[in-house]
Amino acid sequence: MKHTKQHARNIRIKVLEMIHQARASHIGGCFSIADILAVLYTEILKFNPKKPEWPDRDRLILSKGHAAAALYATLSEFDFFSAKKLETFCKKNSALTGHCNYKVPGVEVSTGSLGHGLSLACGMALAAKAQRRKYRVFVILSDGEMDEGSTMEAALFAPHHKLDNLVTIIDYNKIQSFGLVKTVLNLEPLADKWRAFNWGVQSINGHNHAEIFSALSTLPLKKDRPSVVIANTIKGKGVSYMENSLAWHYRSPDDPLFQQALKELEQS
Amino acid sequence: MRNTFVDQLCKEAKKNKKIWLLTADLGFSALEPFMRAFPGRYINVGVAEQNMIGIAAGLSLSGYKVFVYSIANFPTLRCLEQIRNDICYHKLDVTVVSVGAGFSYGTQGYTHHGLEDVAVMRCLPHMNLIVPADPLETRAAVSLLCTHNGPAYLRLGKAGEKNLHTKKPPMKWGKAIKVTTGRDVLILASGSLLGEAQKAHDLAKDQGISVAVWSLPFIKPLDKKTITLAMKTFKLIVTLEESQIDGAMGSAIAELIAEQRGTKPLLRRMGVPNTILYNAYEQNDARKKCGLDARSLFIKIRGHPFFSQI
Ligand SMILES: [Mg+2]
Repeated sequence: MKHTKQHARNIRIKVLEMIHQARASHIGGCFSIADILAVLYTEILKFNPKKPEWPDRDRLILSKGHAAAALYATLSEFDFFSAKKLETFCKKNSALTGHCNYKVPGVEVSTGSLGHGLSLACGMALAAKAQRRKYRVFVILSDGEMDEGSTMEAALFAPHHKLDNLVTIIDYNKIQSFGLVKTVLNLEPLADKWRAFNWGVQSINGHNHAEIFSALSTLPLKKDRPSVVIANTIKGKGVSYMENSLAWHYRSPDDPLFQQALKELEQS
Repeated sequence: MRNTFVDQLCKEAKKNKKIWLLTADLGFSALEPFMRAFPGRYINVGVAEQNMIGIAAGLSLSGYKVFVYSIANFPTLRCLEQIRNDICYHKLDVTVVSVGAGFSYGTQGYTHHGLEDVAVMRCLPHMNLIVPADPLETRAAVSLLCTHNGPAYLRLGKAGEKNLHTKKPPMKWGKAIKVTTGRDVLILASGSLLGEAQKAHDLAKDQGISVAVWSLPFIKPLDKKTITLAMKTFKLIVTLEESQIDGAMGSAIAELIAEQRGTKPLLRRMGVPNTILYNAYEQNDARKKCGLDARSLFIKIRGHPFFSQI
């Protein structure tokens, strides 16, 4: 697990640089999934960066498409393209748009409007079954995304069709776009909801690499059912002044704040 | 049209193992033949149109050719963003099929009037838009769709319509179909209102007005070449469709005419005048109420200054 720590730190630093350079938003939600992405790409997902379209690859859909910077940084970290390309994030004529763009190697689908990813994942998981392929479909949802009715439609569908090759990871950082989840639209009891929908459910600390690995290496969590891993995370994780702060859904660090964040991440 | 669609889709699915059909819990006594013949490639996803489109996109991304089915506005407006982001953005091979064009479900209330779909679907990038006039055009449309790859919208009437063409129409991708020839006026009709256009042609003929009637199953891609040529020969072009008039087929023709140089024909667009029918009407009555019947069409033509001398 030593490598995953290193990768997670690299992803955060790349994200920080991208968002600072582009004066972009959504850094908090990028940092909350950095550890999950690092473990997924180091230990769990089957992929070939030289052949991003390899038919038997595991699929990953970042349904919370506003965390695109984290996905792009991860793909670069895992050799889908050079780190140089990350410098074009949100810049003129770059494929690296602020929300996930499938024109970028390794990005399965374009996302950015919440509530689309789980349905797409259901379609891919169905296709894997129909084609008798072994690949699995992972989809990362935000907690705010639970509010979307379409997420609930797909949550009903997947267990009914026994999509045990489908894995949902919820980035439960407890903050959504305009406030705390519990004050905007409470999701609790969240694990019970998914259990009631007939999913295999496990709650973990989404920053503890051993816990992430353990949950994702014992799939499916329940026989013949899709799995959901509720990752309890901290928005802005890794930079003291960003942690648990709604403002960092929107703000981009100025030069002094950038330097401070970089120092904290490098020393972590 | 509905049964012809299913029948032709079954024929295609027999040849092409990549074809899937999804429905959002509609299609009773219509989809059963496909369901029985291809159980592994058929899913009723439940009353969940947004999810249906996402699933179709996921299947298509994995190499399948997917048809999704529902009625009226449910597979279009209800899940518009899924069509935009999941299907069109990724340029996927998914055909959205909606039964209940215009006032097909006229007595069922405005929720079931399919009137705004054409305008909305027309502006989506990569989207193709087919509105067949009768079962013959429907069969040809399904077969063309099965040789084509990409997002499409197939707008069907209901069950039990008669054929309006006397023989198999020469249907080609993106092409208008010339149904009757004429000199003075051109009626461009899309959907089953073609029948009213044909009747208007006969009424006009009795009065010595020569009316050409073309069926326009392809609203996108539009047969710009043929229609541009027609602008030079006809004094008056009338568009006829069972859609809210703003932004639909007539608007596409208006845009085409407006951007041409030189002398232009006059254009009259006939459609639903941006209105809501709050009461129940059978399709024919709803059409009359909105001035979309043969008689109203004839009066529109007859009242045109060019013909007032006749
Ligand atoms: Mg959140």
